[in-house]
This record gives sequence, structure tokens and C-alpha cells, in this order.
Amino acid sequence: MTTDTLLSVRGLSLEVARTGHKVVNDISFDIASGEIFGIVGESGSGKTLATRALISLLPPAIRVASGSISYRGRDVLGLNAKQLRSLRGAEIGLVFQEPMTSLNPSMFIGRQLEEGLILHTKLSPEERGARILDMLRRVGISDPEGALVAYPHEFSGGMRQRIMLASVMLLKPALLIADEPTTALDAVIQRDVMELMVELTRAEGTAVLLISHDLPMVARYTSRIVVMEKGSIVEHGRTEDLLEAPQHPYTKKLLSSLPFRGAPRVVDMTKAPMVSVRNVVVDYPGRKSLFRKAKAKRALHGVSIDIHEGEVVALVGGSGSGKTTLGRTIAGLVKENEGEIRFQGRARDDDWQDYRMNCQMVFQDPYSSLDPRMTILALVEEALRLVPNLDAAAKRKRSLETLEEVGLDASYASRYPHELSGGQRQRVAIARAIARRPRFLIADEPVSALDVTVRAQVLDLFSDLQKRYGFSCLFISHDLGVVEQVADRVVVMQDGRIIEEGDRNAIFDSPKETYTRRLLSAIPALDHNATGGVTLKWRFES
Amino acid sequence: MKTFSLNGLIGGILIAFLVLTAAIGLVWTPFDPMKLSFTAKLAAPSAAHLLGTDEFGRDVLSRLMIGAQASVWIGFLTVSFATICGTLIGLVSGYARGWVDGVIMAVNNALMAFPGILLALGLLAVFGANQYGIIFALGIAYTPSMARVVRGAVLSLREREFIEASRVMGNGEIFTMVRHVLPNCLAPITVLATSMFGWAILSESALSFLGLGVPPPAPTWGNMLAAGRPFIQQAVWLGLFPGLCIALTLLGINLLGDALRDRLDPRMRGLK
Repeated sequence: MTTDTLLSVRGLSLEVARTGHKVVNDISFDIASGEIFGIVGESGSGKTLATRALISLLPPAIRVASGSISYRGRDVLGLNAKQLRSLRGAEIGLVFQEPMTSLNPSMFIGRQLEEGLILHTKLSPEERGARILDMLRRVGISDPEGALVAYPHEFSGGMRQRIMLASVMLLKPALLIADEPTTALDAVIQRDVMELMVELTRAEGTAVLLISHDLPMVARYTSRIVVMEKGSIVEHGRTEDLLEAPQHPYTKKLLSSLPFRGAPRVVDMTKAPMVSVRNVVVDYPGRKSLFRKAKAKRALHGVSIDIHEGEVVALVGGSGSGKTTLGRTIAGLVKENEGEIRFQGRARDDDWQDYRMNCQMVFQDPYSSLDPRMTILALVEEALRLVPNLDAAAKRKRSLETLEEVGLDASYASRYPHELSGGQRQRVAIARAIARRPRFLIADEPVSALDVTVRAQVLDLFSDLQKRYGFSCLFISHDLGVVEQVADRVVVMQDGRIIEEGDRNAIFDSPKETYTRRLLSAIPALDHNATGGVTLKWRFES
Repeated sequence: MKTFSLNGLIGGILIAFLVLTAAIGLVWTPFDPMKLSFTAKLAAPSAAHLLGTDEFGRDVLSRLMIGAQASVWIGFLTVSFATICGTLIGLVSGYARGWVDGVIMAVNNALMAFPGILLALGLLAVFGANQYGIIFALGIAYTPSMARVVRGAVLSLREREFIEASRVMGNGEIFTMVRHVLPNCLAPITVLATSMFGWAILSESALSFLGLGVPPPAPTWGNMLAAGRPFIQQAVWLGLFPGLCIALTLLGINLLGDALRDRLDPRMRGLK
């Protein structure tokens, strides 16, 4: 491997310039040409900073403390600004996480793609145009000529990430750095974009440095992986070895945090359902302007769903499938245009007070679902404000007990949300939802914003609480791994319709619809072995 | 944890000094601020008259102390009026949206299209040129900008998940507004209210200058500044000291306002 080493990092340490605090500590790795290499770590592990250092794009507050980076034998840290510019783009390409912000929103796609070619090549305008069209075709843009004179907002997230990939691959770089390239996309599109990236880079002989928190996804495409924790590399090895025989406790912890199939539970399906949704239609009104009214967009086309006492029903689908709208409609945040929602045998709207007491919701983003100006205790206590037959002392006691139940002791009571980590905030959100002892909980992507190990803890907490209180739950998620762990029944949505539903095991083992199979192909089936390692099996591998 | 920033401390001292001066002026001044003296016309600052005398021989320090009452009172009431009305209008407008928002904002924008001072002039013609006339006129002139700022904050807040969480808990609209929306609007409200205090004192000066303010001989900083203008060559202290009072008060209010805003925000606590 020494002969074709493309990039070599030796003893790299990064520190905060002002305090000398080390954020990346003595990391070393090599990337060979044409290889796909992975860095895995949770937030705060320093993986993004480490890769920013490779092309000298560190934020001003961070500086290189020691170590060396050499690209094809040249010392990257010793390059001047002009030499760096010729390295970036032409030799080393970058794909960022956010396809929404990494393209200039006020510039035609064609102009943006051309920029790199003008800077780094001596092609004529005609040659540039031909090369751009060819590349857009290769990344699967259906109307490449039209795309040239379109703005980024006219494309979906997945399409934008394809365009981003096209703009980077146009210059045929020798190394592509992809930092969480698919994290903002839903499972199905994630897989398409990754497959495309692998196919393109393989064809051009480009090496890829893939950075992500998602260990199975990285493992699927890479030959070697390093695992980072708190700025240091804790494990380094061939992908299969690392998965099957992890050495470091942190790697083992990451692997054991991957979702697994929960034990099947018995739910009494003979009784009448607790929540019954019939033929619900929701239209989002079009934007009104002075002279015309845009057509309403139909988000739900007559959806029906039943949730039984004590049952956890997972609602899965890609973005735009209507799963969040359905959850919000059942919660009463969106008014249905047609259809009926019944709760415990009565129309929901007949006894709204009772429904409100018994239906609570956990939101996706723990950073925006808690009022930043309230203490943790006040947040939980507010949920009890409207509960009848509880005096102030009882409410306080119940709030503290509930916080205790979600693993936050009394010392958290007087803190504010910003003093808590994402996982702790989500615990507060769960405490707030269960404080009233609701019969029915709607959880909209409750763990999507959390790190892998934290996600595992919160899912455990959720299962414990569900067992203790026996509430029914509508669990909305695009991540089928999580669903496999918690759900009793799975409902698959696409384009505002339910396309398949059934028992969890039936859906995961023998899905009928192609779309369900595509969703499932994005997540691995795990085989845990005795040494704490796993073997990943991908479903429906073609 | 520092309880207050240095800026806040300076602002606090300036404002405390202002309030104290106004309070002392209620019971005692070095001279009778209305007493004319033809022997001591336009006297330079001296041991007897610390800040000099004006063209009628009245003591400037005494008049500033009395004027502080009028200026502080006008500033305080004007800002309170504009803040309360503007916040209410902004909250309702941003939370209700739809046609309510449309109508309120149309009226608001129409009011904003007038220069504040012109609007105040027109309103003064209705209310009459006295202290409370000024307060009403300026209060109405400032309300639209407060309403606008609050509406903007409410519009972005109401999309946040914690507002939806409040609805799911079954809280009523008014409770949600008061408990969750309003406290999170406090930062822009504090900043705008403190700068309004400055504008109010300045506008009062401008109106007095145009002869529509508090009628003489009662002193305000504004009409003293205006009265000092013709004598700026011979007696610079006539304009200098009222001007300095206005400037230091504005500085103090702004520093204190920024410190208050940070202090009221739990996210800023514990930060350096």
C-alpha cells in the first residue's frame, strides 16, 4: 500500500487557539488511491474538524497543534493560499451534509457547475457545456438541459445532493471527502445517493473519505474504518474485522447500540381499537395571491388506521409521504378536511377535553420543542396544569417523580433546556408527554436527532415506560432500524396513502410492496456474535 | 457567575444618578428655577452658579434638575404607552394571522409611512401642546414600529415546536401567548423600548424647539437646548449641559437595556 498512498496523516492534533484545549488528539491514517475509507464517530468526536484540516479549511478558532498531512508526498500544511486553491476542488473534492445550503440559492445550476471548470481547467465553453450535461445525465437528473437554467430550490434534497456530487466529480478529483453526505436525506434516497457516489468514484478511480455517525452505512461501502471518540482514534482496521471482532470498548458500545429486533409482544387485537382513523383527507391550501389562488395540495388521500390498547404502531415512509401530517392530524394540530377520528369508541371531537388529557405528543427536535425560558421542572409541571383533581403539591411531586422516571434526578429540576444535552432534552420532552399518564402517545421521529448511543438509551427508556404504563403509541419514523426495535405493527405510507401494513415481523421478513422493500434495503439485519461483534446482512441485495 | 456586566453597571449608575437628580429636584434646587435675575444674565459657570445662568439669569443647574423630571416622565410614559400598545397589537396580529393580521398591518404600515415627528405634530394639534399631549402623540407615533417588531418575532416563534407542544397540552391561545410567546419576544422588545426612550427625549426636544412642546417657562431639557441655541457663541453652557444630560441619559438607558436583555435570557446566564 505504500506505493499508492494518496493521503497520509501523521500524529495530527488540533487545538482551540485561545485556550490550547485539544479537540483532535494525535490521529494518524493513510488513504490509498481508489480506496473508500471511513471515519465513524458521534457528535463532538472531532471527525469533521479532522477532515477540515486536510484541506486547511479549519474555522479560525482552531489551529493545528502538531502533526503532518501529506498529499501525494506534498506537505499540505506548508502550502500557501494559491497552492491550496489549486488543490481544493481539482485534487480533493468536498461534499457537505446540507444540500440545502451548500449550493448558492441565487445562481443557476449550470453556472455553479461551470465555476469549477473555469477555475481549474482550460476547456472551451463548448467543451465545458458538454461535460456538464454529460455529468448531470450520469447523476440521474432527468432533464439536464433544463437543469442548467434552474435554481437549487427547484430540486428536492436528494436531487440537490446529486447535483452537488456532479459539481465535485466534474473535476475528476483524486480524493472525494464526503462529510455526512446523506444524513439530511430519508432512508431510500440516502441509499440511492450513496450507490451513485460509489459508482461514479469507482468509474473515475477517485478515493473517498466517508465521514458519518452511521456505522452500518459506512461499513457497507468502505474497506477500512477508523472509529473516533473525543478527538482520538480508538480503533482502526479492515471493515469486516472491526465489525466482527471489535477490540475497543467504545466500538463495542457503538455496535451494541445499533437497533435490534425487539421480542414480539402480545397485543389484544380482538377488542375495539382505541384510536380509529377513517378516510382522513387533508389538503394544504395553495398560496393565495391578488389575482389567482394556487391549487390546494392534497397531503393525505383518505387514510385509515387503527391503534389498539397498548399497541405500538410504527408509521414509516420517506419524506413527503404524509406520515408527519397524519400524526399531526390525529393530534389535532392539523384539521382534517374529510374523514373521522374516533377515540375510545367516541368521535374525538365530542369530548375534546378527555382526548386532550389522554393524547400527548413527543416532537422530533429536542432543541425547539422545549420553551427556552422555562426550567425543566416548570416544563413538566405545565403538562399537569389542566389535570383535574390534583393540588399544587401533588403536581410538583408527580413532576419530580416523572423526571426521576426518565432518568433525570432532582438536580435537573431548576436547570434550563440549553444546559442539557440533546438526549437529556428528549428525556424532558418524554417526561412532559407522560406526566399526565396519557392513554395514547404520538411520537414524531423522537430519536432521529440523537446520536447512536444516546438513541439506544432513549429507545430503552421509551420501551420501559411503555411497558410500565401500557399506553398506545403511534411511532413515526423514517428509520426502519428503530422501528424494528419498538413496533408491534408497521404501517407504510407513500405519497399520502397507506400502501402496506402488517405485523412487524411480517413486514420486515416478507414485504409485498416494492417501496417497502426499498425502505428495508437501507438498513441491515444484524447478527450479533459472542465477542460483541456483528455481521451485517443487507436485505434484498441485488 | 457575574451577576451584571460592566456595561450594565455603568448604565445603572447613569440612570440611578438621573433618577436621583430628578427626585432631589422635587424638594430642593440650589436656586428657584423660575427666578429671573438681570444682574446675573448669561453668567459663566462659577462657584455660585455651578453650571452658569441663562439669558434671563435663571440658574441652569436648577432648571436641569426640574427639567429632568419632565424629560424622564415623558420618556417613561411614552415608551410604556408604545410598548404596551405595540406589543398587544403585534401579538394579536402575529398570532391570529389571516385577515386580522392583514387589516392591522395595513393600518400600521400607513402610520409608519408618516415620519414620526410629522405624525406627532398632527396629533399635538388635536391633543394640545402640553406634557400629556406630547406623551400621547409620541406614544401613538412609536406604536407601529413596536407592533412590527413584535409581530415578526411572534411569526417566527409560532412555528417552533414548543408552541405546538403547548397546544397539544390543551393550553388555550391566550395562555400560550402569555406563557410561551411573550417571554420569548422580550429580547427585541427590551432593545427597541430602550432606544425608544432616547427617541422620545429627543423628539420632545425637537417639538419644544418647534414651540409645540411643554410651554415655557417650565423647563425641559429639550426647550432648554432650543433656548440656548441663539446664544451658542456667547454662552456655550446653555446648550452644552442640557445636551450632555440627554446624551448621558441615552447612553445609560442603552447600556442598561442591553444588560437587562441578557439578564432576562436564561440562555445567556453563566456565559462569559
